[in-house]
Amino acid sequence: MLYLNIIVSGLLTGAVYGLMALGLSVIFGVIRIVNFAHGEMMVLAMYGAYVVNARLGLDPLLVLPLVTLALFGLGYALQRLLINRYIARPDHEQFLLLLALATIITASLLMGFGPDARNVQLDYGYDSYQIGAILLDKVRVFAAGGAVLGAAALWSFFRFSRTGKAIRACADNQVGAQVVGLDVKRLYAVTFGLGAACVGAAGCLLLLLVDVQPYIATDYTLLAFIIVILGGLGSMPGALLGGILVGVSEALAGFLVEPSLKSAFSFGLLILVLLVRPQGLLGRA
Amino acid sequence: MSMLELREVDLFYGDAQALDGVSLDVASGEIVAIIGANGAGKSSLIRTIFGMEKPRRGSIRFEGQEIAGAAPHRICNLGIGQVAEGRQVFPNMTVRENLEMGAVVPRARAGAAAAMDRVFVMFPRLAERRRQLAGTLSGGEQQMLAIARCLMGQPRLVMLDEPSLGLAPVVVVEVFRVVRELNARDGLTLVLVEQNVAQSLALAHRGYVLENGRIVMQGAGAELLADDRVRQAYVGL
Repeated sequence: MLYLNIIVSGLLTGAVYGLMALGLSVIFGVIRIVNFAHGEMMVLAMYGAYVVNARLGLDPLLVLPLVTLALFGLGYALQRLLINRYIARPDHEQFLLLLALATIITASLLMGFGPDARNVQLDYGYDSYQIGAILLDKVRVFAAGGAVLGAAALWSFFRFSRTGKAIRACADNQVGAQVVGLDVKRLYAVTFGLGAACVGAAGCLLLLLVDVQPYIATDYTLLAFIIVILGGLGSMPGALLGGILVGVSEALAGFLVEPSLKSAFSFGLLILVLLVRPQGLLGRA
Repeated sequence: MSMLELREVDLFYGDAQALDGVSLDVASGEIVAIIGANGAGKSSLIRTIFGMEKPRRGSIRFEGQEIAGAAPHRICNLGIGQVAEGRQVFPNMTVRENLEMGAVVPRARAGAAAAMDRVFVMFPRLAERRRQLAGTLSGGEQQMLAIARCLMGQPRLVMLDEPSLGLAPVVVVEVFRVVRELNARDGLTLVLVEQNVAQSLALAHRGYVLENGRIVMQGAGAELLADDRVRQAYVGL
């Protein structure tokens, strides 16, 4: 029963990881840019939610729509003003640009908040739900529910809205998109905005579960890479599945071996999947 | 007045000149063929008119309005459609979604439903396969889809870049029939870039011969087709 508890808890955390990785996957799938500042943008969102919580006492779940919107705006502006100019440039130049952005975010957060870990205090922070023998943390259930809703919203957007379909068209055939008169650069900006919005929402949800400090950003960037490669580059269900797998593997590793070794297990899982299925679990060959 | 008017257009890729002082006119209701060897600049010409390349010099006017250097989505919204080389359909989207994408420009949105009905009448094969992914269609069907998608934008001028390339002879006949019908029945103005010189000159009202980025000959389609130099260089007679 203890194992089941740990697996379910990892599953719920993994859903939030999935939402974070979804952002990376969408950005890469459409713009073919690897967002090396992905974790940093999420940590920025976490600090945003933390500040509002510390000053106004608002629950991160209530601040989530605002932070998500702000991150969308940030992502849109970044793509429009900066990254669009780098699309046709060599990969290493794109890498340097986004790495610079990541460094700037981390350094700014250090200047503003120092290196100490911060967290939010919630009056339901230690509540839990009992289902049979399984004990679920209330915050974890909320975080996972939010992540699933966020992913479903994104999926519906791509499936049904005109802009969503237009973005899929850009990803499918960029020349074709130009030929039918789509404003590809604007759609790229919307896409990066959506990817950033994913980490905005994921950051608020994750703040319910973990402490935040500037340096963990790099870990989350790497985690997002692992998840996306595990699930299959460019596959939206793959990102979610990868997130959940990594969440469960982290939880089990933390319990069975040593919490500080949880990353080693995630990387191990990645190597295993790459050996057996190089395109990722749900990726196209 | 010409519907489309190019004057002294120069295009460079880096230091390499792709178009050299190109001037041409397309009148409303015409089919104009542009012929030339591989690398003569035919596709560059289409891409430049459509705003996908920015000319270094020269003027491009569509219905009197200067469009040189404007972005493709703006040019498309003025009523210029393009059927690009290699068809460029969206392989992982259904036929219906491909057609919907053809009508995303603001000028075409209101009439999209009626336009969809029209192209399904014109291409019954696409109607049958509307739920199928475009990537699973045959080459000929994809070419029809590319043309139908272009028509969804309700253009007044359509530029077709090598529409017969890589298709079986019987399908090529069908493509040329569609082009003729669009012009004769719907009064659509067409610019046709083709390596299939004999058939396109036979179909076109007028033609231009492009060599190394320059216009070297122009005239009525039949006239060019009868010209010895054209016949020797391009028709292989």
